[in-house]
Amino acid sequence: MNWLPPNGALRGVALDHLLGWNLSIIFWLFVGAQVLLVAALVRTWLIRSGSSARTAPAHAGRTYFLAHVLPLLAIAALYVWMLVSSHRLWAARREQPACGPAMQVEVTGVQFQWYFRYPGRDGIFGTTKPALVSAPTGNPLGLDPADPHAADDVVSSMLVLPAGQPVDITLRSQDVIHGFFVPGMRLKQDAVPGMTSHLHFTPTVPGDYVILCSQVCGLGHYRMQARLRVVSPEQFDSWLNARENAVLSAAAAPAPGAER
Amino acid sequence: MPATFTRHTVETERKDPGFGGKPPVDRRPTGGGGGDENWDSRHSRRHGPREQLMRYRMAVFSILAADLVFFAVLVSAFFVRQSSVHIAANDNVISDWHPLNAPPILWINTAILLLSAVTIEVARRQLFHEIDIMEEWLGLGRPAVRRAAPWLIATIVLGCLFLAGQWMAWQQLAQQGLFFSSNPNSYFFYLVTGTHGVHLLLGIGALVFALVAMFRFRRVELRQIAVDCTAWYWHAMGLFWLFLFVLIVFFQ
Amino acid sequence: MSLRRHIFTTEPKALARLYLYLSLLAVVTGTLLSLLIRIHRTWPTVAMPLYGVIRPEDYLALVTMHGTLMIFFVLTVVPQSAFPNLVLPAQIGGRGMALPRLNAAAFWITLASLLVLLGAFFVPEGAPISGWTSYPPLSALASAGPGQATGMDLWLASITLFCLAAVLSSVNFLVTILARRGEGMTFGRLPLTVWSWLASSGLTVIAFTALFVAAAMLFSDRHLGTSFFLPAGLVVNGIPRAGGSGSPMLWLHLFWFFGHPEVYITILPGMGLASSLLANFTRRPVPAYRFMVAATLLIGVLGLGVWGHHIFVTGMNPYAGTAFGLTTMAIAIPSSAEVLTWLAMLFRGRLRINTPSLFILGFLSFFIAGGLTGPILAQPALDAYLHNTFFVVAHFHLVMAMAGVFSIFAGIYYWYPLLTGRRMNEALGQIHFWISLIAAYGTFFPMHLAGLAGEPRHYAQLAGPVESFARLLPVERGITWSAFLLAAAQLVFLFNVFWSARARVAPAGANPWRATTPEWSPAEHPIISGGPYDYGTDYPGTSSGSREDFRPQWKPEKPF
Repeated sequence: MNWLPPNGALRGVALDHLLGWNLSIIFWLFVGAQVLLVAALVRTWLIRSGSSARTAPAHAGRTYFLAHVLPLLAIAALYVWMLVSSHRLWAARREQPACGPAMQVEVTGVQFQWYFRYPGRDGIFGTTKPALVSAPTGNPLGLDPADPHAADDVVSSMLVLPAGQPVDITLRSQDVIHGFFVPGMRLKQDAVPGMTSHLHFTPTVPGDYVILCSQVCGLGHYRMQARLRVVSPEQFDSWLNARENAVLSAAAAPAPGAER
Repeated sequence: MPATFTRHTVETERKDPGFGGKPPVDRRPTGGGGGDENWDSRHSRRHGPREQLMRYRMAVFSILAADLVFFAVLVSAFFVRQSSVHIAANDNVISDWHPLNAPPILWINTAILLLSAVTIEVARRQLFHEIDIMEEWLGLGRPAVRRAAPWLIATIVLGCLFLAGQWMAWQQLAQQGLFFSSNPNSYFFYLVTGTHGVHLLLGIGALVFALVAMFRFRRVELRQIAVDCTAWYWHAMGLFWLFLFVLIVFFQ
Repeated sequence: MSLRRHIFTTEPKALARLYLYLSLLAVVTGTLLSLLIRIHRTWPTVAMPLYGVIRPEDYLALVTMHGTLMIFFVLTVVPQSAFPNLVLPAQIGGRGMALPRLNAAAFWITLASLLVLLGAFFVPEGAPISGWTSYPPLSALASAGPGQATGMDLWLASITLFCLAAVLSSVNFLVTILARRGEGMTFGRLPLTVWSWLASSGLTVIAFTALFVAAAMLFSDRHLGTSFFLPAGLVVNGIPRAGGSGSPMLWLHLFWFFGHPEVYITILPGMGLASSLLANFTRRPVPAYRFMVAATLLIGVLGLGVWGHHIFVTGMNPYAGTAFGLTTMAIAIPSSAEVLTWLAMLFRGRLRINTPSLFILGFLSFFIAGGLTGPILAQPALDAYLHNTFFVVAHFHLVMAMAGVFSIFAGIYYWYPLLTGRRMNEALGQIHFWISLIAAYGTFFPMHLAGLAGEPRHYAQLAGPVESFARLLPVERGITWSAFLLAAAQLVFLFNVFWSARARVAPAGANPWRATTPEWSPAEHPIISGGPYDYGTDYPGTSSGSREDFRPQWKPEKPF
């Protein structure tokens, strides 16, 4: 299990636990089956020559039950247990909304870059327009300057989150399908163009985590990486304040391109 | 337990000689390895002429099964596309699906296609008419072919009429300014009618082939196979069209 | 004239030979591509002779072509086209294919499809880079990356042709099995391989038609201005693109509606072969024949309803994820039942050790190793971490690729006498087996660990801003060396295939494996009079006074 990257999310503990259980059960089933295969070979070498005639059909029914039906029932029960135990986790992560007031962050995938947008002081994401998208001039998401909600939106290339605060991610893509994958948060969801997906999680352990793209998206797929930095709430507030101030002062000045 | 797949078919169809009936070779009094008493033996069942007919029929049905999947996928794409929307600025839900008024000529076309299903069925049955077929088998003339030919020709004419009607429907849409890539609904219309039209074109080719085959093929069984398989294909196309028609007209 | 007869043949065995040569071309190419993939992952800057340095986009093109070649032209063509042509008409005691010309046409379309696909290497910008799943919009827009213009068009054309060929040949197999069984070959006497082909051919007709339509729609999106799979508001390469609100999700559903049955199309024939061969080499009948038939058909039917487990985290409704998890667990049950039956069969009689039986053991080993991770990936919550990591790569390379290839090897070693009248060299065969087994585990087992560490698929390099994968580099190196060993072991096989046919070895005889199924019958059209796996009986042999421990299906129940 130490192959997994360090976990930093609330529900990651449960997932690691579940995955560990599953892997160990599967591993021993695997070993058992391989031992049986080797045993069949060894048996051939032990019984050098044997009578080829059919032997002892008397207990066929009972043997059949023991050799087939019973293990099959056990395996079916195992599958049911797997499904039921993991469904609780799935329901908590995907079927139910975030518990409590969640912080809103929008994540946008662009060939080969992740952008993170915070709604700013008004708490509302400004509208974006595809026609306004222009990464060279500092508006990679196509924020509409005519929309007052857009003026205070903070766009970042690093995802900074406060520890212990539930986060609700709005996931979008501008061009092709990308996979938003944060191994340290045990989190993965594809960003499908034309759709917005939501997912929520709670980072708990401060530190740096890597954000990857898990769905092949073009020649730069392997380098479509970003960083998630989980900090204490105070540090987060000061970071966000500084960014918001920078954005607002840039908006006051007419020069475009200062937003980043 | 012996295989009963073809046997059952044979037995049920024997009770109803007029429908998909049996070719005459089984009734031959002599030769061919046996007479009537061998009808139920596995040997004659496996080697009988019906086996060939069943084989080709089964092939046509398998291909039609694939075709069914083909149209089912199109139809499911239709519904997915119809219900898909995107969210534009200010959270407005936008659907680019514009309901389309199906050209009224489609009703006439549908009636024509239904009529053609009747004519081809009549033609098909002619080729399984026991007395006529006996006559053909014995080389006393070709009454079945003679009777089936007009119906087959009628089907070809109706099929061409249908295609012409579909063409007119396209023209009417084009006059409304709706072309293939105008909006999702219009390209679905062109796609659905177009693929179905290609199928019908193949069907008309098969009908012409069957017509020629009726006069050119020496063996009665081959004449039967040509007409029978074409007829089933044509029926399936008629059925598929009914579903597509309902989809186009009533599910906008 | 004779060349024409050889080439434009409708004779199934000749077609089987042609299919095997076609797959040989595909598998050699695919394997070389996989070695290039491994080299690039391990030594990204090394210049290849005749190729130069592999760029990241070349890497993705290699992966795409490797997957397409292997899945379609090896794992589908051999078990689903070559083997049925080789033995199906004989195994049903029948008199040839129902639709021989259709069957022959399917081969030529398959060949055209392969040539079109290989042509993608030689067009400007090279082969497509969107993976064998070709998710739009990446696959729908020529501007989305190198190789997505002409290369992608060729890929689509190739797949469309392949779908056509697969459906045509499967229609022929279906009709042959249903209508061309020989005298006395009832459904209850069909060998389990035939039942497998019945199920897999039915799946092919349904699944490949769906892919055919999807490919046609993608083509229409690319060239006719439709937007089945293209949403509104795309900005590709900084350029906004007008278009209706289609959805890439439609492709995902259609593709995997094909893609998952495809897994069963490739593996069901191997499963039937495993049952047959285990019965033969333990000299015991298959227990619960009807149960095995039912399991095979059940896998076929359920296989149509599990596609959603490939797209748990792709924006599908989470409740649908739960439902697809449930159906996936359901299909694991008949598969497990077959595995348990095979394991039990091993201990019913003394297993004869030879190359085909060893390869069937290898098939079992990989099928179990890869199959067991299936229920883990079927849980949406766990898949949300493991999806598209190397854990999945390990899973399907073990359960589909290695199990599939080992059953193909078992089939070739077993049926080789039908093609050449000789058996393949036993010592070389066993060397081939043991090296392949060890190297295949060495290649694919460590990928589980890389997957658990979170390494995603399709990464040209493990460099970049992430240091966390640095510890995986030794693992990657080990995988690469192991892959070289695995490829080298196949040279032994290739040598054996061609050498055994020419060498002055004794002819194998009419029924070298003392098998019961009628492909070994000396008569052309045997009359079938018994079940398929009558081993362990006492029956008169061919020479007078000798006794045999099996009754072939073509021998009468009460001799003489």
